Amino acid sequence: MGLTTTKQTQQAVAARIQRGGTDWKGLLFQLSVLASLVVALVLLLVLLWTVFWDGIGTLTERGLDFLTSGTSGNPDTAGVWQALYGSFWIAVFVVVFAIPTGIAAAIHLEEYARDNWLNRLINTTIRNLAGVPSIVYGILGFTVFVEILDGITGGRSVIAGGFTMAVLVLPIVIITSAEALRAVPYAIREAGYGVGASQWEVIRHHVLPYALPGILTGTVLSIARALGEAAPLILVGAVTGFFASSKDASFTDELQGPFTTLPNIIYDWARQPQAGWPENTAAAIIVLLVVVLTANATAIVFRNRYDKKRHQ
Amino acid sequence: MATEVKVTAHEQDLSGVASSGATTASEENEVVFDIRGLSVYYGEFKAVRDVSLAIRQHEITAFIGTSGCGKSTVLRCFNRMNDLIETARVEGEIDYHGIDLYGSNVDPVEVRRRIGMVFQKPNPFPKSIYDNLAFGPRIAGFKGDLDGLVEESLRRAALWDEVKDRLKDSAMGLSGGQQQRMCIARAVAVSPDVLLMDEPCASLDPIATARIEDLMQELKQDYTIVIVTHNMQQAARVSDRTAFFTTEVNELSDRRTGLLVEYDRTETIFSNPRDERTENYVTGRFG
Repeated sequence: MGLTTTKQTQQAVAARIQRGGTDWKGLLFQLSVLASLVVALVLLLVLLWTVFWDGIGTLTERGLDFLTSGTSGNPDTAGVWQALYGSFWIAVFVVVFAIPTGIAAAIHLEEYARDNWLNRLINTTIRNLAGVPSIVYGILGFTVFVEILDGITGGRSVIAGGFTMAVLVLPIVIITSAEALRAVPYAIREAGYGVGASQWEVIRHHVLPYALPGILTGTVLSIARALGEAAPLILVGAVTGFFASSKDASFTDELQGPFTTLPNIIYDWARQPQAGWPENTAAAIIVLLVVVLTANATAIVFRNRYDKKRHQ
Repeated sequence: MATEVKVTAHEQDLSGVASSGATTASEENEVVFDIRGLSVYYGEFKAVRDVSLAIRQHEITAFIGTSGCGKSTVLRCFNRMNDLIETARVEGEIDYHGIDLYGSNVDPVEVRRRIGMVFQKPNPFPKSIYDNLAFGPRIAGFKGDLDGLVEESLRRAALWDEVKDRLKDSAMGLSGGQQQRMCIARAVAVSPDVLLMDEPCASLDPIATARIEDLMQELKQDYTIVIVTHNMQQAARVSDRTAFFTTEVNELSDRRTGLLVEYDRTETIFSNPRDERTENYVTGRFG
């Protein structure tokens, strides 16, 4: 036979492996998923572009003044100072209360809790809580933090709002942290136990450092979520008129007094029909987007840096 | 060798023979693990039943047998690694130097410090080579010369020359065989009494395997080694004693329960086994 191939074999192989024609079904599927992507992207870009176009004028004209001015009935002097300040405090409450509690709860669920019906029920409940509409958390915040804990929060205050948002993002922090912990390979735990580490030492030295990028990403995203919510805060008493605490109020007065946040001020301004307000609304949206996207970008940078360190 | 006590299959009552610390009149080494009537369950499922054998100091004991015969399960009882599996339950007795390993006042963390383990897949921590080696001694409260200990451990694992210039580099960058030798060095660094090896060469090529086998002969001088292996040639090459496990159909479920068929000196297992099942296995007629 030698090294030559017979004509018959060659033809038979060619018939099997050479392309028979275009795969129309496959091509159609590929094009339709691409089209969906384009639609989603275009809508998003149009939205961003409109907002940018409407708001950039106000921002460039007034510059820092827009960020440092308080609320006002005059669109030419109104600014987002109180809103920025309120949003900052919301973020502080989330960072101080929701994140440590959430991470700790996730550690307990993933590392210590036994696999029984009660813990499975708790897990499912937390997942469902993350899907509860935010207005429901607003009702909860109103009842618990505004009415029952009136003495501490001062009623409709940034404290009540901060606690409400902390409760709202808690399930998200727990779920993302638990997922990051679950992704830690079992082999790493075994290696730790194998050299005589206790459960605490394995968690402290191996599980947490490995899960940290995932936990950080989840927590920063939860801050972004809290910064973007308006509805529950309206119930808890975020000011939607033109008045909020003055810039000279004392620290506790500010915390226990009326407040507003970026999403609330956007909601409020967007309802004003007079000239000047639509541009202010768009400018405030730009400020909010910059804040939220900065938070998200931080999360991505964190994750990439740790991922790189781990795989070097 | 007339007085030699034959330590064999489960039907023998070993309790009078292999009492702790007692060396028999022959040149038998001291007993490290005395296992009597060991059964392991995962929930309702009986994974392995009625294992009785004695593991002796400064020897390499090999566990061979078909997949699912419970050899890894038995090995993981020796340093209470099975405790990490919630549903796992142990019956019978394992005496470690005469102490009941599953006694209520035994701390599994202290057990694992003395009975080290090397796993089937190399499992370095995603940290530097140095930190991998130093972790065990550090948590054990080691106060001496850590650099020296790291070097000595790596030398013992025949890895020092390959990594001495990159101790601060991530262990993930090592080859599979290097990672496994580093895991052996990591186990050695806490100065254990026993090394348990669960198919340590399963993911390695023949050259890396040969290096690890040489290493085991070195380590045997100071440690007692128990190795689980799928590779019969490996058991024949490296071990002093061999335990052959097989499976039987479980009457309660369709999963199979493992059991110990025969335990003897390795040359006996491979040249003159008493049980037909052992003979069939070592001659390659099944499994």
